[in-house]
Amino acid sequence: MSKADMKNQTVSGEANGGTILEVRGLKKYFPTKRGLLHAVDDVNFSIEKGKTMGLVGESGCGKSTVGRLLLRLTEATEGEILFYGEDLRKLDKTAMRHARRKIQIVFQDPYASLDGRKSVFESIAEPLKVQKLYPDKKELEEKVYELMATAGLAKRLANSYPHELDGGRRQRVGIARALALNPDFLVLDEPVSALDVSIQAQVLNLMEELQEKFGLTYLFISHDLSVVKHISDTIAVMYLGKIVETAECRDLFSRPLHPYTQALLSAVPIPSIDYHVERIVLEGDVPSPINPEPGCRFAGRCRFCEERCHKEMPELKDMGNGHFVACHLVNG
Amino acid sequence: MQKEMILEQEEIIVKKRSQVKEVWRRFRRNRQAMVGMVMLLILIFAAIFAGVIAPYDPLQQDIINRLQPPSAAHIFGTDELGRDIFSRILYGSRISLTVGLIAVSISSVVGCALGAIAGYYGGVLDNVIMRCADVLMAIPSILLNISIVAALGTGLQNVMIAIGISSVPAYCRIMRASLLSLKDQEFVDASRAAGASDPYIIIHHILPNSLAPLIVQATLKIGGAILSCASMSFIGLGIVPPTPEWGAMLSTGRDFLRDAPHLTAFPGIAIMFAVFAMNLMGDGLRDALDPKLKN
Repeated sequence: MSKADMKNQTVSGEANGGTILEVRGLKKYFPTKRGLLHAVDDVNFSIEKGKTMGLVGESGCGKSTVGRLLLRLTEATEGEILFYGEDLRKLDKTAMRHARRKIQIVFQDPYASLDGRKSVFESIAEPLKVQKLYPDKKELEEKVYELMATAGLAKRLANSYPHELDGGRRQRVGIARALALNPDFLVLDEPVSALDVSIQAQVLNLMEELQEKFGLTYLFISHDLSVVKHISDTIAVMYLGKIVETAECRDLFSRPLHPYTQALLSAVPIPSIDYHVERIVLEGDVPSPINPEPGCRFAGRCRFCEERCHKEMPELKDMGNGHFVACHLVNG
Repeated sequence: MQKEMILEQEEIIVKKRSQVKEVWRRFRRNRQAMVGMVMLLILIFAAIFAGVIAPYDPLQQDIINRLQPPSAAHIFGTDELGRDIFSRILYGSRISLTVGLIAVSISSVVGCALGAIAGYYGGVLDNVIMRCADVLMAIPSILLNISIVAALGTGLQNVMIAIGISSVPAYCRIMRASLLSLKDQEFVDASRAAGASDPYIIIHHILPNSLAPLIVQATLKIGGAILSCASMSFIGLGIVPPTPEWGAMLSTGRDFLRDAPHLTAFPGIAIMFAVFAMNLMGDGLRDALDPKLKN
């Protein structure tokens, strides 16, 4: 039994869960020809057991990279990823393989994340085989069918191949795969963005059911604010590799403090004829994340920008009630 | 109650097929592939039972009846020393098939392994391996074969090794190229997230997905290997003359191309037959391994 497993038991014994994952000073710089690309720059957050944290931001802001860093699919440049209090980045190969049983990922595009040459059965059985959890063939088979049932897949699809399934079913295979090892924590990297709207709801409901059933903790990465609002307990807003605001879900939507969050929320379409919001239109493009200038990343596009915004990097400030914002102009 | 019944029904529908069975089922449906396989089986049968089938001793000379065209007594005719060509082709298939298969196996296994390492790990290792491959490619293969055989000594075994080594770079490049495009695919990440090791990922995901060009290359190269072996024999580094071998028969027959074309025609047809069989089978195998082409 690995250290992570043991800690898992003590933590899951507690009534209110406690912190399952804490990220401190996480950084990922990619070297490019023109300089260092700051994909993720000093990101901090923590997630309570059994909760869902939504991570939102526009494309290229580094939100998917955060997900990949947590699973060490991409190695971080700096920082700590404390999973049950243990830094994942310090684990050796064997320990990391064991830790992976507890932290899994569902990818955005179920076309790309499933090997087209493996049948549904083989794809779902792979994690179990790799981790050598079911050496007995019969037991393995039963476990796979059980997982398929959990993810809402009919047994007859076991011999099908990904290209024969529709998007929703394909994503269910991805989910069954991620659940195979009985994880406590799932990174959901835009799990519904590639699906039709009608199927998005099905998959989201499935995710919620599973969370309740297995007491899962989610990091839900998405650019779709209405989806995030629906599923998250807390939300972190990312802009150019930095978290600019985090808050409880309802708090964030009713009281967005960061100018970027305000602009982002004003862009959410509301299906009502009489409802008019003043749309905050951002000027200019997202600046390059390569060798960014000092100061607030958002300064160049901010309506309220002041001189010091270009000089000093704002730190996350506690605004009470678990609401944090990184902006010089917001005063608590 | 009802649910149980449904489950029971499903039990009947789902019968997990093993992968090998599934591939074989798809292969069987491919008529061309089956023709190729039958042709190859005929060749293998001929090689094994050459001693029983052959009407003459392949080394038996009959100078009076030299350069005879095909007739009832000698269905493929006789060569410049009066030996029965049909018997020689039968015996020759033993050597030619062995050379073709073994040389290609050596080059594909070594080439794929090196290409996989280069593509997967990249960086300095990639540079070192690929520059070595470039050096090998820059040397004409016949010269390379000669120098390797000169270093190792003559003999069938060393010729096969030499031919194998000289075509390593081609496999190396093919494998590296498909690795580069596959290793960033999400399903590789998914596998890694499940805890799979690098060798597991290469064997279970990358190799099956890059098999198509490799199979085509390998089946085409079998013919090339047989001919390379012939040219080695021609300069006296391969098969020693009286031993029947298709390539060697072809090259000695060249001197009599005008007067007795059957000397070259029949070994040529034999080589073509072998290569064609391999190609048909290779194509069929490639298709059978791809579930997207199912039915």
